[in-house]
Amino acid sequence: MNIHRPVRDYIQRNLVVFEDDMEWTDDTNIFQLGLVHSLFAMQLLQYIESEFRIVIENEDMDIRHFNSVNQIAAFIANKLDVATQGSQAREG
Amino acid sequence: MSERIQAVKCVVWDLDHTLWDGILLEDREVNLRPGIAGIIRELDERGILQSVASRNEPDDVLHKLRMLEVETYFLYPQIHWEAKSHSIRRIAEQLNIGTDTILFIDDQPFERDEVRSLLPEVDCMPAEAYLELPMHPRIACNPVTAEGSARRAMYIADCKRKEEEAAFQGPADHFLRELQMEFAIFEADASDLQRAEELTVRTNQLNATGIPYSYDELAFYQSDPSHKLYMCELTDKYGSYGKIGLALVDTARPEGWHLKLLLMSCRVISRGVGTIFLNYIMRQAKQHGEQMTADFRLTGRNKQMFVAYRFAGFAGAINDGEEAQRLVNDLSAIQPYPVYVRVVEGRQPFIYESEGRH
Repeated sequence: MNIHRPVRDYIQRNLVVFEDDMEWTDDTNIFQLGLVHSLFAMQLLQYIESEFRIVIENEDMDIRHFNSVNQIAAFIANKLDVATQGSQAREG
Repeated sequence: MSERIQAVKCVVWDLDHTLWDGILLEDREVNLRPGIAGIIRELDERGILQSVASRNEPDDVLHKLRMLEVETYFLYPQIHWEAKSHSIRRIAEQLNIGTDTILFIDDQPFERDEVRSLLPEVDCMPAEAYLELPMHPRIACNPVTAEGSARRAMYIADCKRKEEEAAFQGPADHFLRELQMEFAIFEADASDLQRAEELTVRTNQLNATGIPYSYDELAFYQSDPSHKLYMCELTDKYGSYGKIGLALVDTARPEGWHLKLLLMSCRVISRGVGTIFLNYIMRQAKQHGEQMTADFRLTGRNKQMFVAYRFAGFAGAINDGEEAQRLVNDLSAIQPYPVYVRVVEGRQPFIYESEGRH
């Protein structure tokens, strides 16, 4: 499953972008741009939970998981991995 | 320790045989029950919002409320034939408050039971007890402040903002830019303490600990040299939202500043300014130490605030216990202020002019 693409598109749609040609990469710290508002954090968490069907626990709530597209994708991949292993273990 | 009282934020009135003495559609001539006008004014001065839930014909009712000179007190009146629980839900949504902060007063046991069955958190009061309303503990705990009596006017301004926002073509975020918001942060003085107390009692969602502070406690911290008591005020092109935030910092600890409390009124949630106050305090703290600490308590209602702290870099374990827990921030990354808000230090000269005080 491609994770980077939908996450990147979601962030792009929700930034308060004033210059349409602003450059940012999958490594850019989106919270250091000054282009997201305080509700964005909540929206992003809700988006990740519903889009990728994972649950973000209180202990997952760490800015280091959500700073950039690459970090978010790694976090989601890790969560999905854990979930898959869990269900396989139950099946076995 | 006394149990915490959750303040009522909105009283929802039934009309026939509750607000007035008869049934409008049958009697035509109805009058406010004795003492009601004074009670409505007193609730208003305490900053308690009021609305109406009545199964009736809207045109007749609105006309009557206008004749009785009480129409302006009621926000988002629900006059239709649907269930009262539905009306109460809609009022709570429009005002952006929890249904557990609503008190509903109605003469009919059936209506109170209907509300109770679907919304058990709503405080239901029989109409015959209306004279006791100002003494109700969840009402009397709302102090009379200048801020309180301007609250209704601010909700009306907010209603205008909502209409304009709905009509705005383009992404919602661009609307924020159009608002020309200015966020002023200043240290509280004695005249702010009542509002400060009120904020600790009334604010649930954007509140780091949910712990209320008394006027005397706040007065102590305000004058104590080892504490700083900050407040903030937001204004936009429509006017002021009032003093909407409070923060208490212990500045005397050797390891760095300690943030004991930070809260912000739910009135400004949709404005996306929640983290500015926290960022400002982190900036100040950085001038005084290598790190800062903060008290946080998960209350079941303040997840947004928890996310704000975490995303601002506050680390440390947290559980659902009764006691506040300590989070630590190494201040290595402080987010910039959003570009659509001007942040200013110091009290702004703008004073909100409330209705009827010209």
